[in-house]
Amino acid sequence: MDLAYGPEYQAFEAEVSAFLEANRDRWPPAVGATREQVLAWQKTLIANGYAARTIPKAYGGYGAEVDILKSRIIAEAFTRAAAPGGLAGQGINMLVPTLLDVGTEEQKQRWIASTLAGETVWCQGYSEPGAGSDLASLRTHAVEDGDDFLINGQKIWTSTAKQADMIFCLVRTEPAAPKHAGISYLIFSMSTPGIEVRPLKTMTGAAEFNEVFFTDVRVPRSQIVGGRGEGWRVANTTLKHERGMLGDPNAAESRLAAIIAMMRAETVGGERLIDNPVLRDRLMQLQARVLAMKFNGLRLITSQLADESPGLAALIVKLQGCEINHQLAAMAIDVLGELGVLYEDSPHLRDHGVWQHRYMFDLGLIIGGGTAQIQKNIISERGLGMPREPKTVEG
Amino acid sequence: MDFALSQDQKLMQASLAGTLDRACPLERVRAFAENREVVATDVWTALTDLGVPGLLIPEEHGGLGLAVLDAALVAETLGAHVAPTPFLGSAVLAPLAILAAGTAQQQSRWLPALAAGEILAGAAIAEGISGARDGAGVRAEAGRLTGKALFAFDAEQAGVILVADTDGGLWLVAGDAPGLALTPLTNIDLTRRLSELRFDATPADALAQGDIPPLLTRLRDVAWTLLAADMLGASEVMIAKAVAYAKERRQFGRVIGSFQAVKHLCAEMAAELEPCRALVWYAAYAQDAAPAEASLTAAHAKAHLSEVSRFVARTATEVHGGMGITDLLGLHYWFKRVGADRQWLGGPERVRHLAAVIQGLVAA
Repeated sequence: MDLAYGPEYQAFEAEVSAFLEANRDRWPPAVGATREQVLAWQKTLIANGYAARTIPKAYGGYGAEVDILKSRIIAEAFTRAAAPGGLAGQGINMLVPTLLDVGTEEQKQRWIASTLAGETVWCQGYSEPGAGSDLASLRTHAVEDGDDFLINGQKIWTSTAKQADMIFCLVRTEPAAPKHAGISYLIFSMSTPGIEVRPLKTMTGAAEFNEVFFTDVRVPRSQIVGGRGEGWRVANTTLKHERGMLGDPNAAESRLAAIIAMMRAETVGGERLIDNPVLRDRLMQLQARVLAMKFNGLRLITSQLADESPGLAALIVKLQGCEINHQLAAMAIDVLGELGVLYEDSPHLRDHGVWQHRYMFDLGLIIGGGTAQIQKNIISERGLGMPREPKTVEG
Repeated sequence: MDFALSQDQKLMQASLAGTLDRACPLERVRAFAENREVVATDVWTALTDLGVPGLLIPEEHGGLGLAVLDAALVAETLGAHVAPTPFLGSAVLAPLAILAAGTAQQQSRWLPALAAGEILAGAAIAEGISGARDGAGVRAEAGRLTGKALFAFDAEQAGVILVADTDGGLWLVAGDAPGLALTPLTNIDLTRRLSELRFDATPADALAQGDIPPLLTRLRDVAWTLLAADMLGASEVMIAKAVAYAKERRQFGRVIGSFQAVKHLCAEMAAELEPCRALVWYAAYAQDAAPAEASLTAAHAKAHLSEVSRFVARTATEVHGGMGITDLLGLHYWFKRVGADRQWLGGPERVRHLAAVIQGLVAA
């Protein structure tokens, strides 16, 4: 156990901080940044190795060796400086690693660089109205027609479908095969004729998701990733990346710090909120959970460095991380009380209403990317070696 | 950066677990509890062969000179075996106090004997940490102590007892000192012994000459961390027992572990406990290597493990169904162990209040 960074890493830490300070005037503003500002910043970040760090130069990345500590130092320095990070989203976080793993050389050349640069925006076509937790029962199908597939069906929970240039999509190509073996992973343009996007408004009041309908959508057969019937395996590569993204302990730490600052600054009836013993006790309970997950993250980094299987410590991250984030939002609302239910453009609104938005949106994150109940199945089966629920006949 | 146990630490923990499997199986724990034994000399002797009593004592005094993180790994293993040992008083609190604030003479008088397991040590410091109950409090006057201390650890059969007075001074009192009377306090946890000490002009040897409150703070933080480690070990075993039982027990023609209602209880226990391991490691590491974080991480480890281990104890009992509450199964030894760890040196509400004080969010 030694939590100090060695001299090489201390120097690197200083280098990242110096970069952020020197380029402060190029940071896109937190609110109202233009697309040009965002893309220019992304370009700067990639050129300096602070985004797309380990992706080969040939595909538009920075081309550094994988070094988990350096990645962590970068993330910490950005959080500390409150600097805008590189672009995220399903294209960069999910599609790019998937193409790197299983894409053809041509697919890598064609898509990775433009995705990293933010020029190509992606959405994910996985869930369907009848295929949520049981994703492998999806029914959107693609039938061979000459050199093309002809796709019909419907996807749901498709975030950024309106903005997306491209979609990576799971479709059934082998109807006679067992359900997991009949799926293929296709990538195609969202401007292909036959695609209709309908916004899906949620309880937050915004349409963070969409439904996507496919009617005789024609896609060249070459746009398959992995082979025919390999889609389930390909998608699991991608989901692994998504679950890591959803349980990020850095987000929890900065939210906790924001709540502490708020409780010290806000008063009710002249009394500081931090002086309310009940709220303070709840805050301390949350702080312990946030710290435990942060240290669990350090443990995961070390086991990655040592190439050891992290076991339970990794399997619990999505369940616990999303739960804690949701509890943080609930805490912030309760701290604010009547001010905490103000929304949209109300006078007296705090933090742009972000806590109410998170309280509702983060509940969606507990459900999305594998519900809490599916996570508990995974933890008990893979982590504790408990038996699977026996299958019913039609399953 | 390396957030993991060293090879030596893993080996030490495995060898300790092996020793306890042999020297301290559940039958031995049961005999200790049912016969109300005071010290399980056989168990302590087995641990002495591994150097446990001198774990934190420097080599020059015959100990192993290890760190609080190593002590936490021992505490975790003791908790896992619900081992009846005077670990906290003899191997931790008294040696740390004597090391930090004892004269050379006090050190050479007590430390080698403690390290060799020749004598045991107790600790009566609860009032200075969790607050006085039932009129407790020890006053010091001209080298003599008067008053009473409750919830003293491992004081019966102790050769020397560490005592905190109401002004924050620390004293060493011989186990057979005149004017010292001792009454055992029967706990739900019958694997460790607590007592009430009454002092009547009892002669005592002043210990802390230097900066006293920081020493009591250090003792508190280390004790909190090790109680958390004890709860971690006990909780791991409760989960393992629940999972093993759920994989064996059949109802409705299936093992009950194939029902999601039961699996999810087990997953929830594991999901709550797993991050606690990193929290305990970090807190224990901080006691020696990151002093600025020592108090806060110790407080969070103590309070959080108290909550998680209570949840685990209750849930693991439920997974066992009716068997869970029987004496025959013996799960109750772990259940009661974490129940005691939770309250000792401050329950979670008090500790969380102190956590807020420690980081300056409110005044004490």
